[in-house]
Formats: sequence, C-alpha cells, structure tokens
Amino acid sequence: MSGPSTYEPKSAIERWLDTRLPVIRFSADLMAYPTPRNLNYWYTFGGILSFCLAVQIVTGIVLAMHYDPSGAGAFVSVEQHIMRDVNYGWLIRGLHANGASMFFVAVYLHILRGIYYGSFKAPREVLWLLGCVIYVLMMATAFMGYVLPWGQMSFWGAKVITNLLGAFPLIGKPITTLLWGGYSVDDPTLNRFFSLHYLLPFVIAAVVALHVWALHVPGNNNPTGVNVQSKSDTLSFHPYYTVKDGFAISLFLILFAIFVFYLPDALGKVDNAVPANPLVTPAHIVPEWYLLPFYAILRAIPDKLMGVLALAGSIGVLFALPWLDTSKVRSMRYRPAARVYFLIWIVATGALGWCGSQEPVGQVIPGLTGPMLIDYDLNSVTWLSRISALYYFAYFLVITPLLGLRETTLPVPDSLYTPVLPHDAGAPVGASPVLATEG
Amino acid sequence: MADSLAQPVSDTAPAAPDAAAPSRRDFINIVAVSAAVGGAAAVAWPLIDQLNPAADTLALASLEYDLSKVALGQEVTIAWRKQPVFIRHRTPKEIAAAKADDHAPMKDPATDASRVKPGHEEWLIVLASCTHLGCVPTFAQGEYGGWLCPCHGSVYDTAARIRKGPAPKNLYLPDYTFLGDTRVKIG
Amino acid sequence: MARAARILAVTMGLLCLAGPTFAATTEVPPKDIHWSFDGPFGSYDQEQLQRGYKVYREVCSSCHSMNMVAFRNLGDPGGPFWNPKYPNPNDNPVVKTIAKDYQFPDVDSETGDAIKRPGTSADYFPAPFANPAAARASNGGALPPDMSLLAKAREGGADYIYSIVTGDRAEAPHGLNVPAGRYYDPYIAGDLGSFWKGDPAKTPPGGFIAMPPPLVEGRVTFDDGTKATLNQESKDVAAFLQWAADPKLEERNRAGLGVMIFLLLFAGVLYASYRGVWRDVGH
Repeated sequence: MSGPSTYEPKSAIERWLDTRLPVIRFSADLMAYPTPRNLNYWYTFGGILSFCLAVQIVTGIVLAMHYDPSGAGAFVSVEQHIMRDVNYGWLIRGLHANGASMFFVAVYLHILRGIYYGSFKAPREVLWLLGCVIYVLMMATAFMGYVLPWGQMSFWGAKVITNLLGAFPLIGKPITTLLWGGYSVDDPTLNRFFSLHYLLPFVIAAVVALHVWALHVPGNNNPTGVNVQSKSDTLSFHPYYTVKDGFAISLFLILFAIFVFYLPDALGKVDNAVPANPLVTPAHIVPEWYLLPFYAILRAIPDKLMGVLALAGSIGVLFALPWLDTSKVRSMRYRPAARVYFLIWIVATGALGWCGSQEPVGQVIPGLTGPMLIDYDLNSVTWLSRISALYYFAYFLVITPLLGLRETTLPVPDSLYTPVLPHDAGAPVGASPVLATEG
Repeated sequence: MADSLAQPVSDTAPAAPDAAAPSRRDFINIVAVSAAVGGAAAVAWPLIDQLNPAADTLALASLEYDLSKVALGQEVTIAWRKQPVFIRHRTPKEIAAAKADDHAPMKDPATDASRVKPGHEEWLIVLASCTHLGCVPTFAQGEYGGWLCPCHGSVYDTAARIRKGPAPKNLYLPDYTFLGDTRVKIG
Repeated sequence: MARAARILAVTMGLLCLAGPTFAATTEVPPKDIHWSFDGPFGSYDQEQLQRGYKVYREVCSSCHSMNMVAFRNLGDPGGPFWNPKYPNPNDNPVVKTIAKDYQFPDVDSETGDAIKRPGTSADYFPAPFANPAAARASNGGALPPDMSLLAKAREGGADYIYSIVTGDRAEAPHGLNVPAGRYYDPYIAGDLGSFWKGDPAKTPPGGFIAMPPPLVEGRVTFDDGTKATLNQESKDVAAFLQWAADPKLEERNRAGLGVMIFLLLFAGVLYASYRGVWRDVGH
C-alpha cells in the first residue's frame, strides 16, 4: 500500500492485536486509501465486480448442496429438485445463472473503461495482466458452469469447445481424450467440470486480491490519466467511494433483479430445457452471449487450426496491450483520433458478437444478394465476421502502435483536479501533451 | 471506519460536514446503512431456508403399515422419514409390567396409557433413536425387560420409558393413527 | 445521475447482443395470445389450469410423459388444485384422488414380490411408455417429447404450444409432398425445400410434425361448464403446460415486486447519502 499508515489503535485491545495481527490496521488503511477525487461512474465497476464474485460464490455453494453431478442425475437435480422442490431453489439458481451474465456485463464495461483511460499503461501493466488472467479464468468457469445443468446446449457446448483443442496436430487428440476422460463428453467430463467449476472461483478470488494489491501500489488511474501529485488530488476511499460504489451497485442490482424475477430465461437458450442427448445436435449451436465475438472469429476462418489460433490470439492480444500502445498520453480524453478508432473497435466487436449469434450463411442486409467473394456472398455473416475480425486485430497490432507515434493530442491538464473557483474559470489548463513521468 | 469521516484526509477537501446540517445528513446515512443491513438480512432467509427439507423430501413424510405381519411378542423396525421406528406387539406380561411401574420414580414420568393409543395397548410404536445421542437400542436387555442402548448404556422399560443411564427422555412417539385394527398410518 | 443513466443504457445495449438467433429454417411465428400469466404481475388462472389438466389427462398423457411433475404439485400454491385449506398439498383430497387412479410398481417389503400399489401424492405422473424406444415404436418412429418443461423448451412457449395444438394446419399447400405419417404445420421449424415441387422462392414456411391434430371441438367435457371449443381446449392445455414448466411463476412475480420496490427506495436513499457525502467536495 502506498503511503504510511494513518491508523492509530484506540483501545488496549486494538493495540494488543495491532502488534500481533494488524488486521484492523490493514482494513483501516484500505478504507482510508487515497483515491483520485475525479473518478467517474465508469470506475464503479470494480466494486460491482467484487459484489458479483461474492454473489456467484455464495449462490454456487448453495446450489452445490443440491446438485448431482452425474449424467443421469444432473438435469433432474437442477430442473426438478432445485427449481421445483428446494426452498427458494428457483431464486438461488436464477441468481447464479443470470449472475454469470451480469458478471460479464460488468467485466466488459470495466475492460472498456481500462482501455479508454489508458489504465493498462505504465506503471500499471501488472494490474492489467492480472485483470486479463481473471477474465480468462472467468470464461473457463462460466463455460464449465454452463455444462452442469446437462441440457442439450450444455452438452453440445462442451463437445464443441473441447473439440477446439483437437485442432492441434499430434497433441490435439490425446488432450481432448484426457479432458473428457472418455471417448466423448460423458459422465467423467461432467464430474471433473463440476469439481473445477467449484475450484476456479476461489482461484479468481485469489487473483482479485493480487489485482487489488497491484492497484494499490501505483494507485488508481483517473479519467485525465494525469498522475496524482499531491494529497489534495485525492479523497479517502471511505466514505467517498464506498457510498459512490454502493449507489452504483444498487442501480446494478435493479438491472439484475429485472432479469432474475421477470426474464429468468431470457439470456439462456430454450434447448437447454431439453436433457442432454448425445445422438441429436440442436439446430443452432450458439454459445452464451458473452462468448459470441470469439465464436464469430473462430468461424470466420475456414481452417480448424487457424480458427482456434485466431480465437486464442483474440484474447491473447489483450495481454500484450501495455506494450503495443506507444502513446505518451494515457487517457483518450486527450486523444481524439484514438477515440474514433476505439469506437470503431467497439462497433466491430459488437458486430462480431452479432455474427456469432447468426447462421454463417445468413444475410447481413436482409434480402440483398451481393457478389460472391471466394466462398461466401459478400453480404453474408461470414464476410462481416471476417472484416470485423480483421479490424479487431488491426486495432491492437497496427493502429494502436502506429497511432501513438503519429497522433496529435489535445493539451493535457497539469493536474487531475483543478479547484473550480470563480476567478480562474477562464484560465487555460496546463498544456503539456507529455505524460508526467513517475517521480 | 466511520472515524475516517471526521479525520481530514487532505489539506483542501472539507471532509468534516459543516455544523449546520449534520443531523439530517447523519440521518440519511443511517437510513442507507440500515437499508443495506435489512436487505442483507432479507437475502439471508432464502439462503438459510434452502437448508430445510425440500418439498420432495416432505412428500415422503407419511407411511402406512400393516400390523398383521407382527406376531405377538415380536417387533419390527421400519424406516419412516429415513429414521428407524419400532413397532412392538407387546405381550400382556409386558403391558402389566409397564403399568405396574406407572408411579415408580422416573426421569421423564409418563403412564403406560400415555405411551399407546387407547384400545390398542398391545401396540407400542416409538422412534428407535435413543434420546441420548441417537443410537438404536436393543430389545430384551437391561433390567427393566425393555431396551438397552448399546452406545452408552441407557435402559428403557417395556413402555420405552427411560429408567437408567444418560438419556434424558423416553423414546419419542411419532404421530400415528390407527386406520383399522391392523393398519396404522405413521406421520 | 445522468451519467449513471448513460452507463445503464450502455449496459442494456450490451445485453441486446443476446437477442434471438436467426434461423435458416422457416416457420410462421406463433400466434400471440394474451395470457393471464403475462407480464410482471401475471398469475395463473386456476380454472383454466384445471381445464388444461383435464385436456392433458384425457388427451396428451396417452402419448406424452410429464416426468418432473408429481401429483402433489397439482395442489401447490398457484397450481390447478391449490386449496388454501390444505397448505400441505399432500393432504389435498383432490390430489389424493388423482394419485389413487394410477397404479405404481412396488416391492412387497415382506415377501419381496413385485406388486402394484395405488399412487400417493409423492408419486410422479407415470410415463405412458416403458422407454423411449417403446414410445417411438408406437408413434411412427417419432418420440413424443416429455411435457414437464415443454413450454420452456420451445421458442414462443405457451404461444407455440397453442399454435401447434389448434391443429391450424390448413390443408398442406398444393405441390407439397407430405411423407406418410407426417403432417404439415406452418409453426414447426423446418426446411421444406426438398418436398416442394413448385417455385423454390415460394417454398411454404414451416415443417412436418408426426403428431396428428390432437384436439377437436368437444374432445373433453369441462367440469365447470365451459364450452369445449377447439380454441378453448388449446388455450387451456397450453396454459397448463406453462404452469407445469414454470410452477414458481407466481411466487417469483410476488417476490420480484417486493424486491423492486425495496431496490428503488434503496437506490434513492443511497443517492441522497452520496450527494450528502460529496456535497462539499470538488471533483
């Protein structure tokens, strides 16, 4: 933690404990942590995400008390026992299943905020890398959790995703067999997925602790990207940001509750209300919404191995972002050109998500038949995926490195916080385009 | 934690609320914290209640049994709600022994009549879990002609009343009704 | 607050990605029926569920199983035979009577012989066929789906079931080769291209179904005197199947109302608290 501790034990008991296990000092310093005073609502998703993780772990532990991880029993234990017979089982399962989607909504907004304000740049690279690790662990956990109800989508999702690994020459087949514990997705697969699905959230919690530690060493970034220079730039985390995060969580809970109580199945697929059947594939295999962009990238490439590599690369490239971005200015608030390219990237990723939910031969503009290009109509979902995927990668690998060297940035203020006083209302803010270097 | 409210955290930030409105502001903060605590408590109930027996478990709570299968002087142990239940067809001698002791000093005094249904004194139906720590007692052992618990030596008489040993209570009686002379419904 | 609203809007936008999927197959969207259980305040119409149960019992159950529904469920709050006099559905006399009509295999605890005993409230609706293979053999190779989750397992839910069972299967379009034992239905997802002799651009929507039109006017006699028109029977059985798939709907809507009211007040109080804490701080 940065800065000396301001905690002073008040009672004899506190003094006694403080010299033995300073947990009160630790919590007090966390609460008094100096936080930039200009953080906006986009910065509340960290708190929201901690809340989501807690909800998933608590509801998950409860569901595990009633769940039966066997091919014959899994579907019945979820759809009959938990949903109909366990007291409040429908509520706890609704919270857990929709909570996964809510978790991803929050993590995507958290990641977008990090990219926009340059929160991954020095000295916060480790913070960013740990965040990427959490995201990958989240995807693995969510995928394995989706398998557990053992419906048609669970089964075929598991089969398709594990088969991805079969793309690698030589090692592919042994690895999938190892993963399945059989010749196909079966009881052993379900059992190990259940075990790992229970384990991974605690791994995530541990990495979250490291993530917060890595946050508290350099301190928070802020919307200006300008470093904290004096104590007057900061506020104590409590009560200023506890109450702000609390308010944001309450708004988030309203959205969460709308899904849990009024649209409990809206984010799922109807096929998952059919028990797993290894002999019949549902007509449309589609992953959960939060994995759709990657699924579209996978399908855009007409070669199994290359598709899998592109899929892995689309996530892997996030890890390299701190070293791909050459800009000396952190926040896109002062990088108008970067802002445009970033917006296009969001649109392209959204388009990929949409493509992932569609049939590859589907038309982008309904009713329009375009020219045939190589293998698909130019107006097909496949080509839209390809163009979007190309931009997705170009944004990270070409635009971000080059733009930082060539762009014209707006003047960056000297300080992240200029007190609003009547006499300097018209005064020019500082005009240094160069990021203040760490002292 | 609330102390940090009062401590100035920086030179310029006016952390301490001004003297004019503290009570109103404190009030809204108290309301906010109470609402959060109240909400958490409301969420805790489903998380606790889910531990209670589920509807499919409760549905199996009653059982009918044909007593004609139990000969005089015999007893059967059947499973009701996953616990053992003794159904004992008592001999007149056992009944007489139990009645004779109705006013003997006991830990958990009860008359023999209160242990059976009127008109069906020959049928003693009790939960077969020792009231000490739950073991199943064995019949025809111990000095009262009834049951002896093998775990810690509690002795029950022919009305399954505790007479000696660490158990605090007589063997419990389940809810049951006679549907006929030879048919009983437990639960 | 405005900024928070903007973020909320972006969040909602992100969720819109999770929209319905596009299908290469074609079908007519199911008829949009007004149900008593629609919307955040919806609840089941108990008389409708009782009528729907009768249609299920007398028509559907001869081919379709309903494995996840127990007799006691009929007497649960929100269920067709819920009676506040019997908070424990296992005591409900209607439930007991229905259960007794069925015979269940059991083992005599004394002799070990296989016996049949009458059903109890704890038993589940028995399947009409011993196993899926037997079900297929009796139904022209097609497996009648289990009905416990049918309304949740089909896009459109009760609307879809209503549309299918109304048997609104206007004579198969002229030029369509309907295979033996199959029926044309515009609401079924399918691709009829290879069965269509006419202009490929005018291939009729829909697909084939192995179930003959199950209901006709007067197929059942409703105990409450409601006229058993085809439309009435179809609606009632669709509502019953919706209940079978989502028996906790009423409990969920009721809880949801309380939770929403609490959360709105809670957010308001937190906002006031936030404004109070931040009032004198420039940011």
